[in-house]
Amino acid sequence: MSDNLIRYISKPHPVTGVTNAKLGIWCFLASEVMLFGALFSAYILLRTGASSWPRGSEILNVPLATLNTIILITSSVTMVMAWASLAMKEFSKYKRYMGATILLALAFLVVKSFEYGHKFEHHHFPATDTFYAIYFTLTGLHGLHVLGGVVVNTYFLFPGSRMWEHEPEQFMGRIECAGLYWHFVDLVWIFLFPVLYLL
Amino acid sequence: MSEQHHSHDLPFWRKYIFSVDHKVIGIQYGISGLLFLLFGFCLMMLMRWQLAYPGQPLPVLGNLFSEKFMVGGIMLPEFYNQLGAMHGTIMVFLGVVPLAVGGFGNYFVPLQIGAPDMAFPKLNMTSYWVYFMGGVTMIASFFVPQGTAQSGWTSYPPLADIATVGQTMWLIGMVFLITSSLLGSVNFIVTIVQLRADGLSFFRLPFFVWAQFVTSFLLLLAFPPLEAAGVLQLMDRVAGTSFFLPSGLVVAGKPLTVSGGGNPLLWQHLFWFLAHPEVYVLILPAMGIVAEIVACNTRKPIYGYKSMVYSIVFLGFMSFIVWAHHMFLTGMGSKMSAFFQITTMIISIPSVIILTALALSLWGGSIRFTTPMLFATAFLPMFGIGGLTGLPLGLTASDIPLHDTYYVIGHFHYVVAPGTIFALFAGIYHWYPKVTGRKMSEILGKIHFFFSLIFINGVFMPMFIMGLAGVSRRLYDPMQYAHAQPTQPLNVFISICAWSLGLAQIPFILNFFGSLIWGKKVDRNPWESTTLEWSAPSPPPHGNFDHVPQVYRGPYEYSVPGQKHDFWPQDMAQEN
Amino acid sequence: MEHSTEEIKKHVKVYIAVFAALAFLTVVTVTISYLHLPVFQAVLVALVIATIKGSLVACFFMHLISEKQIIFSVLLLTVVFFTALLLLPVFTSGHLHVA
Repeated sequence: MSDNLIRYISKPHPVTGVTNAKLGIWCFLASEVMLFGALFSAYILLRTGASSWPRGSEILNVPLATLNTIILITSSVTMVMAWASLAMKEFSKYKRYMGATILLALAFLVVKSFEYGHKFEHHHFPATDTFYAIYFTLTGLHGLHVLGGVVVNTYFLFPGSRMWEHEPEQFMGRIECAGLYWHFVDLVWIFLFPVLYLL
Repeated sequence: MSEQHHSHDLPFWRKYIFSVDHKVIGIQYGISGLLFLLFGFCLMMLMRWQLAYPGQPLPVLGNLFSEKFMVGGIMLPEFYNQLGAMHGTIMVFLGVVPLAVGGFGNYFVPLQIGAPDMAFPKLNMTSYWVYFMGGVTMIASFFVPQGTAQSGWTSYPPLADIATVGQTMWLIGMVFLITSSLLGSVNFIVTIVQLRADGLSFFRLPFFVWAQFVTSFLLLLAFPPLEAAGVLQLMDRVAGTSFFLPSGLVVAGKPLTVSGGGNPLLWQHLFWFLAHPEVYVLILPAMGIVAEIVACNTRKPIYGYKSMVYSIVFLGFMSFIVWAHHMFLTGMGSKMSAFFQITTMIISIPSVIILTALALSLWGGSIRFTTPMLFATAFLPMFGIGGLTGLPLGLTASDIPLHDTYYVIGHFHYVVAPGTIFALFAGIYHWYPKVTGRKMSEILGKIHFFFSLIFINGVFMPMFIMGLAGVSRRLYDPMQYAHAQPTQPLNVFISICAWSLGLAQIPFILNFFGSLIWGKKVDRNPWESTTLEWSAPSPPPHGNFDHVPQVYRGPYEYSVPGQKHDFWPQDMAQEN
Repeated sequence: MEHSTEEIKKHVKVYIAVFAALAFLTVVTVTISYLHLPVFQAVLVALVIATIKGSLVACFFMHLISEKQIIFSVLLLTVVFFTALLLLPVFTSGHLHVA
């Protein structure tokens, strides 16, 4: 049996200065930038090629989306506070902040479902026109990413949090990575919101 | 530290099926890749019957196909199109890349950098099984009522948007495959950056690792736009959107009842944004393998190693901004086509540097003409032909008559088939002793090599002539066009060479499996190579190395003056 | 990662400040949209504000402001290709205007 084990799981690499997970999650986020970039590129091509394009505020619910923006930004704060709590070794505070993040994320999805429901009631579907098509696809994919974040964060709040007892540094690293993903989801919305709703 | 179990404690299904060991996963990818290559090859052999003897019933095998594919043994045009679309898809996404990156990369990158495994072993296992799901979806698509995808591997709308259900399965399969690739690329990048052994700086890395490193960035950043495009096409097909459907489209005499306002070129941009870097994903690992084998079998360092490294990094970067050379005929205006023509011409420079450096590495070498070296050396002129024939395609004016003709098929197959696949064969012959502890037969290897070389050229060289004669690709019956008819004898010749090429793989298959039992047993370093994988046992155990490796020198210290032996392993502390 | 409690408390102050800035900028961007500026200016203003907000999230919530070189290198590469993906297709279309 070899004494050769995988290094830099909890301690950063002496030259790069990062752990494996940190580098890994940033690489993953880079790929996500390209994913949403492609959809924004689709938006640009479709809008510039269209003979007419509605103003977002005429069709979409700006106040509701503004509320959602604030909800998501707040969840980003609670997420980073969750990590900060672990850095200060306050596990119960971590649980409260992580729980808040999850609840805020769910609130975002509930508001979103009201928005979608309203559209469907008025027979506005993705098939209606290209504006609706790109609106539903962009916000839908973003919503799936929010849901994914909820799943990951719930895991880290409940079964996954057991790691804090025996590998606190590695657990803190994992929460930092989950946080990076979550902030990215917030970041995408920061661009999605004005592009779809305000322009 | 991490919770790694001792391998002898694990049950069979966790040791060999759901293993997190990069070597087991590498073998899984390798075997799967080889099986898909064989399957994709068989699809092509069927197509070649229709092209050589149009409208003729296929003897014996023709009766095995249902009425939806062949009527009385005569291929239906829909089936021909399915074969074409799936041959391309399977060869590229299920065959070559999984073998080159998932197979060779997974197995040998951790070994060559002195690491115990990849950075994220569980993610690695997940990547394989997601790829497997993609493969199952793609194969299953043949069995849906109207058959599988039949709009080319490029799936252009509007045709792909309105195609049969098989296309939807293709899209779902692609989502699986892209996800697998993305997870894998994260693993490779983190592993190479973080887990190199002490003393193994970037410029002491074997060229194979550099190649896999750049390839991983291509996969990481270029695949997501195709995933997005796939989602958009799924929306068009399933949710009735018109991302790619223009207004006023009429199908079979009836206007389509969709909202319109979409843009078919949007698909082409998003598809080729991936698919151009994808072709570099196909070639880079092959160049890496060739470099390893050439150094080892010339007993000399690679000529111009540093230039090759800078070239491969520059190549990777440029590969992201050339994609619209696949779209020269879409009306983009002279400014943009000039832009893409210029970037395409620039990208040929690093390719030539790498090829020249590899060729110059042969000069003055003490060449051992083993089977891996034969395949690796043949790669050089074959890739040369492939690359040179790309130039008239990259120049806008000459692309106009050549686009979508057999010339293109000849060009890209030269790069991938006698190019990449020969390099992959070379890699199999070269690294088989490390994986199995036995050597493959040289006699069977040489038979495999010579017949493959002859027949593969017989298949693809005539295609340039056909393309220059204006014969379009993807035609069920090219001979319906008068200008194509004089080329029909070439079609017969190509088909006979293709079937012969298939037969030429039999010695390889026999060799591959037979050598597991009868191959000559070898120790750790039968080729007397310098790189780290040859310091580990054959095959390496869980954790790879007896002790944490320490690296003292570069990867190709062969025939160093003053040393007793003609190779100086990277991790050997003392004089040799 | 070694962080003392005092350091973290300083970070927390920054997080609160960033939150306030983000909330404020959100109100600003929504308010400006009611002005119905001509298309080009509307797009410019909206994207500038979004970029500032995004940078705040990236620099402070995601700790990019104190992150290591390797991360920046990966991101810089990504930004270059992201820009190419966003701009080159519409340049080839010849439709550089908005309805």
